[in-house]
Amino acid sequence: MLLLYLPILVVVVFSFNANTTRTATMTFTGFSLQWYKNLFDPISGFGVHLVTSLEVAFWSVLFSCVMGTIGAVGLLHRKKQKSLSGRSLERFINFGEQAAMLPIMIPELIMGIALLALFSFLRLPMGKITLVIAHTSFCIPYILITVKSRLSTLDPSIEEAARDLGASPIRAFLTVTLPLAAPAVLSGCLLAFAMSMDDFVISFFVNGAETTTLPLKVYSSVKVGVTPQVNALCTVMLGAAFLLVAMGQLLSSARGKEKKI
Amino acid sequence: MKTTREQGRGRMLAALPMSIWAVLFVALALLYIIGLSFLSRGEGFDAQLPITFDNYLRMAAPTYLKSLLLSLRLAFLTALCCALLGYPLAYFIAKTSPRVRTWLLILIIAPFWTNALIRIYGWKTLFIANGPLNTALLSLGIIEKPLRLLYTEKAVLVGMVYAMIPFFVLPVYSGIERLDGSIVEASRDLGAGPVRAFFTVTLPMTMPSVLAALVLTFIPSIGLFFISDLLGGSNTMLWGNVIQNELLKSRDLPFASALSVVLLTLTCIVLAVYRKLGGDAESMVF
Repeated sequence: MLLLYLPILVVVVFSFNANTTRTATMTFTGFSLQWYKNLFDPISGFGVHLVTSLEVAFWSVLFSCVMGTIGAVGLLHRKKQKSLSGRSLERFINFGEQAAMLPIMIPELIMGIALLALFSFLRLPMGKITLVIAHTSFCIPYILITVKSRLSTLDPSIEEAARDLGASPIRAFLTVTLPLAAPAVLSGCLLAFAMSMDDFVISFFVNGAETTTLPLKVYSSVKVGVTPQVNALCTVMLGAAFLLVAMGQLLSSARGKEKKI
Repeated sequence: MKTTREQGRGRMLAALPMSIWAVLFVALALLYIIGLSFLSRGEGFDAQLPITFDNYLRMAAPTYLKSLLLSLRLAFLTALCCALLGYPLAYFIAKTSPRVRTWLLILIIAPFWTNALIRIYGWKTLFIANGPLNTALLSLGIIEKPLRLLYTEKAVLVGMVYAMIPFFVLPVYSGIERLDGSIVEASRDLGAGPVRAFFTVTLPMTMPSVLAALVLTFIPSIGLFFISDLLGGSNTMLWGNVIQNELLKSRDLPFASALSVVLLTLTCIVLAVYRKLGGDAESMVF
């Protein structure tokens, strides 16, 4: 258990190191905030990469949330189709569901290479668009899982009642199903957002020269050696991650209490 | 009757955008690299005809075989170490009081929410020749001169076990938690000692979750490349590193595709064996 936190602790401790010599990452000489000062420096800082990461995560979560949520609705309560077109639609959607779940089942490396190959075949220049397409693809399964499991616990008669009272399918979805599924959609989105911000392997293959996301920047900085500024960056990222987890925990425990009342 | 049929179809149309997306960017992308793996290398980053098996035959060279064996060995050792460390941990967590349990689970999950690169980077800092670990060991008098820790196979193993252990602990924990405690009690009442009760009741009954956890740790371990990159340097060329090299350094797309297809096939074999042993996809979700 302690071992789980040992490497994290090392990173945090060394981010406050006062030592500025070449051995800055090896010997701790005193407390200082020097590595934090130029963290967001426009030239050597990490601000640009953070913005890139946030942008990619925003669009990917948006696309995957819309497709995943209405996809989960469409997959639920499938009725056996009789007509030929209906059957082929059913078959296509079954296949689509299987394909949509693949990105979290196979090694990320394969997804990265497959997308890189596809993008170069389509002559799509590597950049934000390719990153968003890739991230959307691996975010969909997370949304699909959470929303589908929530929808399957809902009583289908509620929606049927709305339909019987004259609501169109779209209105019934917007006013009845969606509000009931909203907590699941939100937690799916949070998970997808975290996965997108955190992704390194797939982004590694489909990023462009101008679109280095934060994890990619961390990788290129630590690949060559140990750089003290990265310690500061990592500590900030760690803090943000812990804050998010704590917030999620608070939210869910608050919701749990509501339910009890 | 007509309206219900139309409704059913209209409903399915909602899943159409997602299906089209997945077919285009997942299924077709995967099929495309399978196809590419049988083509020859073209100009630059392209592939060209004729159809050939050369990409697969090339893998028979010692360097590739060695790397494949090393990858499989490390993935196997990773899963094994995760099991040896993770099972007792999961068991311990499941047996604590609910309040402590919540906190322990958060502590296990929290590192999982932080970027894997950062955590691996922490190990790198620790392992460096005159880094904290060697300094501590030297001053304690355990060793006389600094150990070579970084850029060894062991360092890679430590990093991989470390990155994968949450994937082992969580499913096994939920497996132990689901276990009906009265069955264990019954075996104790019938005279089994605690050790015997564990080995004849608890362990066999939580085996499905252990199996799922082993798959969850083994599959990603074969494909990881950044851990061996950071902690193993050029000494440990795993399959993932070979793929990355062929793709980005040699820019040989068909060969990199063929290497990926091998990895994909391995993944499918592991999943098929898992299904055969009676594992279901459900115990893999926790």
